[in-house]
Amino acid sequence: MPGLVLTGVSKRFGYVTAVDGVSLEVPEGTFVCLLGPSGCGKTTLLRMIAGLEDLSDGDIHLNGNRLTNIPAHKRDLGMVFQSLALFPHLSVGENIAYPLKIRGVARADYEARVTELLDMVQLPGVAQRAVTQLSGGQRQRVAIARALAVSPQLFLLDEPLSALDAKLREAMQVELRQLQQRLGITTIVVTHDQREAMCMSDQIVVMSKGRIQQMAAPNEMYRRPANPFVADFLGQANILKARPGPDGAQVPGGKIAGLNWADQEERMISVRPEDIAVGAPGTGPIEAKVSFVRELGPNVELHLEAGSDRIIAMTAPHRHPDCKVGDAVSITIACEACVVFDTAEV
Amino acid sequence: MRRTAPQTYSDYLPIAFPALMLGIFFVIPFAIMVAISFFARVQGGFYEPSFTLANYGRFLTPFFGEVLVFSLSLAALVSLLCLLLGVPFTYRLTRMRRRLQVMWLILLLGILSLSEVIIGFAWSTLFSRTAGLSNFFVWLGLMDEAVAWTPSFGAVLTGLVYQAFPYTILVLYPAFSRLDPSLMEAARTLGASPVLSFFNVVLPVMRKTLLATFIIVFIFALGAYLLPQILGRPQHWTLSVLVTDQAIYQSNMPFAAAMAVFLVIVSLALVVLSSKLNRKKGRAT
Repeated sequence: MPGLVLTGVSKRFGYVTAVDGVSLEVPEGTFVCLLGPSGCGKTTLLRMIAGLEDLSDGDIHLNGNRLTNIPAHKRDLGMVFQSLALFPHLSVGENIAYPLKIRGVARADYEARVTELLDMVQLPGVAQRAVTQLSGGQRQRVAIARALAVSPQLFLLDEPLSALDAKLREAMQVELRQLQQRLGITTIVVTHDQREAMCMSDQIVVMSKGRIQQMAAPNEMYRRPANPFVADFLGQANILKARPGPDGAQVPGGKIAGLNWADQEERMISVRPEDIAVGAPGTGPIEAKVSFVRELGPNVELHLEAGSDRIIAMTAPHRHPDCKVGDAVSITIACEACVVFDTAEV
Repeated sequence: MRRTAPQTYSDYLPIAFPALMLGIFFVIPFAIMVAISFFARVQGGFYEPSFTLANYGRFLTPFFGEVLVFSLSLAALVSLLCLLLGVPFTYRLTRMRRRLQVMWLILLLGILSLSEVIIGFAWSTLFSRTAGLSNFFVWLGLMDEAVAWTPSFGAVLTGLVYQAFPYTILVLYPAFSRLDPSLMEAARTLGASPVLSFFNVVLPVMRKTLLATFIIVFIFALGAYLLPQILGRPQHWTLSVLVTDQAIYQSNMPFAAAMAVFLVIVSLALVVLSSKLNRKKGRAT
């Protein structure tokens, strides 16, 4: 059953094309993150779904109904803004009751609903308070409660957690995901934080320059990125140039055994830092020199120079206790860990 | 910035100059005016020092009461019209492109460079029977014959609103351009039409600005003395006109001073009252 369907959606501002022919299907009840660098068109796309921007081209359907020409206030969807946009002249309870009052819900009914929603976002008993009396995390919850007050069919969030500090943000990611699963509501979140996208969503949509680069489940996308841009944007990646040789692919520092492809063209390949095995000199097919050591607590990041390539390896700290800058090491890359792209350019 | 209270006299030095200027050009003249308002008038002459409440006693006449009520109502009506025109205008203005905004603001500031006399005579020509706008309407076929729209209450009102409008925009503009557009967008996604969100989000959020603008335009209109004379009949004259009349033509300085003091007290009372009302309202929400 299709939830939200976008077909060939474009947005042009003068000569600038912000969103360029995006087609996308979000099945009902799924959690999708629109991920991309700033200026990639993800927020514009979300605003078009909300009805806050007109489409230059294309169509939007929600559960079989055409949304394209319906004004924002008749779309019945919930949206959380980056600035939260809580009404400063209303109390917490009045903020949440706002969409209900507009729809003519009776006082007793909306008051009961406000209590229910505040319990849902784990913020009971604050209905009488002013918005300014709440902390950042609490305001976040109020904004979520207000957006969900009318039980919308679609829940949109524009960089909802960007104003929170790191610890609180991670807690809210878990909470938001649990809330979405409990309600089973189709949810679209815009974010530039790839960790946030990884841990919350059923599907990630990576965008760049107004186009969708790839849509996939988080782990699938991490394991099998469609192109070098996705590989580099979603987590860390070593993007190397390789050429097939007699017993594996040739990279500037050595070779990757077993890796091969039909034609003899040069290709880009991607290897995740944690898939790079570092050993004593002479134990692997690629010789390298340590150029930088970054201690991250649970992990150690080793920056290695192998020929003209700079390779980043992620290992457990106890494995190479004495590794320091200038040491010679050997690298082994398993061929299953490599993703081969069909381009020679990044 | 330093937050502690001033400790020694030298800490007051930075405000010494403004305080001196205010003292010389505001406090002392005002004190002289207050003093004169208690002086006695000399018939055929000027005035002599004494202490009499007779000048204030003249306020108790029905004529004076009528003029006072008329002046206050006129000022309130001008403020109200300026807000009714200015608020939607400023709201739209802040949503335009930057260049258009600047162009409009320059145009409006241009009106401020016109003297009150020019504005008065321009409107009196525009509203006249011989050369006024009604001739244009006759030409369009909307009216049968040209009529004189001045002197009249409507002409006074139009002139004052025209003159106060740029001030209204100048006070409203900064607040409206700081207004977070996502508030209106949030209201729309929550089901409020643009018109509804204007009334139940924009106006309540801007409440304090609207009140401040009302007071500023009100006091501005209360002080108008030229336009009511040029565009109105004697019954459209405000208290300020009477002050001018008494001071310059009747050379009754003590009575003019008493009226001026009274006008200042009424204006101040209104400012204090409205800011109190506003604070109480602010606490309730």
